[in-house]
Amino acid sequence: MSEITPDLVRHLGVLARIQLSDDEVTRLTGQLDVIVDNIAKVSQVATPDVVATSHPIPLSNVYRPDEVGETLTREQALQNAPDAADGRFRVSAILGEEQ
Amino acid sequence: MTDIIRLSAADLAAKLAAGEVSSVEATRAHLDRIAAVDGEVHAFLHVNDRAVAVAEDIDRRRAAGEALGELAGVPLAIKDVLVTTDMPSTSGSKILEGYMSPFDATVVARSRAAGLVPLGKTNMDEFAMGSSTEHSAYGPTHNPWDLDRIPGGSGGGSAAAVAAFEAPLALGSDTGGSIRQPAHVTGTVGVKPTYGGVSRFGAIALASSLDQVGPVTRTVLDSGLLHDVIGGHDHRDSTSLTDAWPSFAAAAREGASGDVLKGLKVGVIRELPDSGFQPGVAASFRAALDLMQAHGAEIVEISAPHFEYGVAAYYLILPAEASSNLAKFDSVRFGMRVETSGGTVEDVMAATRDAGFGDEVKRRIILGTYALSAGYYDAYYGSAQKVRTLIQQDFASAFSQVDVIATPSAPTTAFRIGERIDDPLQMYLNDVTTIPANLAGVPGISIPSGLAADDGLPVGIQFLAPAREDARLYRVGAALEAALVDSWGGPLLDRAPALGPVAEPVEAQGPGGAR
Repeated sequence: MSEITPDLVRHLGVLARIQLSDDEVTRLTGQLDVIVDNIAKVSQVATPDVVATSHPIPLSNVYRPDEVGETLTREQALQNAPDAADGRFRVSAILGEEQ
Repeated sequence: MTDIIRLSAADLAAKLAAGEVSSVEATRAHLDRIAAVDGEVHAFLHVNDRAVAVAEDIDRRRAAGEALGELAGVPLAIKDVLVTTDMPSTSGSKILEGYMSPFDATVVARSRAAGLVPLGKTNMDEFAMGSSTEHSAYGPTHNPWDLDRIPGGSGGGSAAAVAAFEAPLALGSDTGGSIRQPAHVTGTVGVKPTYGGVSRFGAIALASSLDQVGPVTRTVLDSGLLHDVIGGHDHRDSTSLTDAWPSFAAAAREGASGDVLKGLKVGVIRELPDSGFQPGVAASFRAALDLMQAHGAEIVEISAPHFEYGVAAYYLILPAEASSNLAKFDSVRFGMRVETSGGTVEDVMAATRDAGFGDEVKRRIILGTYALSAGYYDAYYGSAQKVRTLIQQDFASAFSQVDVIATPSAPTTAFRIGERIDDPLQMYLNDVTTIPANLAGVPGISIPSGLAADDGLPVGIQFLAPAREDARLYRVGAALEAALVDSWGGPLLDRAPALGPVAEPVEAQGPGGAR
């Protein structure tokens, strides 16, 4: 059995910025428990001598000349914004009262 | 005249070049087909109202003597994960409803430059998370072979569109099988290129170390033609390979006409025994191998002992990367915003993400957040990355003995819509044969191998080749395709049931001749 509990799922929802309902927490707790039990088997073969692979094809970083290229206009950047004012994105308060 | 919509892209392109058909005629024929059958198939989320205008332009340029690409004037369906300036791009999610991208994905830009005519955007599981297209926020797509069944996923819309003759060509994306498994269940062809072989710029990212864009078609040659258009280096994608690629269409033509199967060593994986597959799927796979053997191929049993850990590693790596990639849907710069009364931007964000994401997306974000959280990172994400190394070693060892690996493309034929929706783990296990290629970055192709004897539904055979050897898949795939179509007496899709409110009249056939 894994250690997926409703409290843990609720905490993960906070970290992921998803306001989960109580029903969702209950359902996810059961489902994640089954899934985590199944996928935890990766640790059976991941012994210390095995090197981790992050990208399937090895790549090395490449620098390019720092030249001015095409960029989005301000109108393009804002065209999908839920709310904008004075050429900027507008959001509700960044800090809560207790902060 | 032959029905335009039933032509392969290659044949349609030849008729366009010869002036026998105009692009406007071809485009209208496909738009008419969409109008007739998409009510029941639901392959499209959006149909391009400018398609005929684009086709008119191609016809005009051709008439003026301009040198055009081989596929110029051929219609194309585009998976909704790829952003387009002239049509909404939602990735199957409510959170992006109505989103209009200020730029085209590179593969879309290259398709337009080659003269392809965008027909519309195709349905998909939300953010490409799923194997059935049931996780689309806009309702499921139905399999043209049996409308009660799934068309595969995540790219069920693209596969269903080509299977239902709504488009000759489509673009897809494959993170764990989202091109190949839909090809399997719809009797079509799909290719996942080598990681880095096709640009992902403008593909709404799911898991960046796994995602790859590729072609979805009815024939191997058509996939090669489309791959030639979209492939190659793109400086806008930092993982794009700088290799000079051969023509994949040329490879397919060579495979169809040559003696490619003679002496070819085909590896069959011991750890994927027939008992792990629906009997009709295993039987179709074995029959295809027998046919290859009859044409001179040698079937070799190989071992890939770590493939059984592939699904587990994948469902750690994918959610981890997705939870990070999907953090950008924050209700600030684009997409949905749910207003809360008096809350902070963080409250608005959390409420928006709860309302805008579907169940599967939330499940994977929460799972990924767990896998990346302090104290679990090494045990889960770190271990999964080690499994990737082990699977790459399995491939290296296998490809030292064989030219290609063959597997059935998926464990079962198309299941019924709703059958597995409440069992996410069962859904994840659909991907057992396709996932290793994404983990290792190697290319894969699925082509139809026949119909399963137990339920009469399509089955696909998958071939895998070493990284950068995509051309080998086109040669081998086209060779087997030619042998199979020859043995069937025509394409597999000729046996699909008729769609639409009124079955189309079939000329010169006796009673019972209508398909």
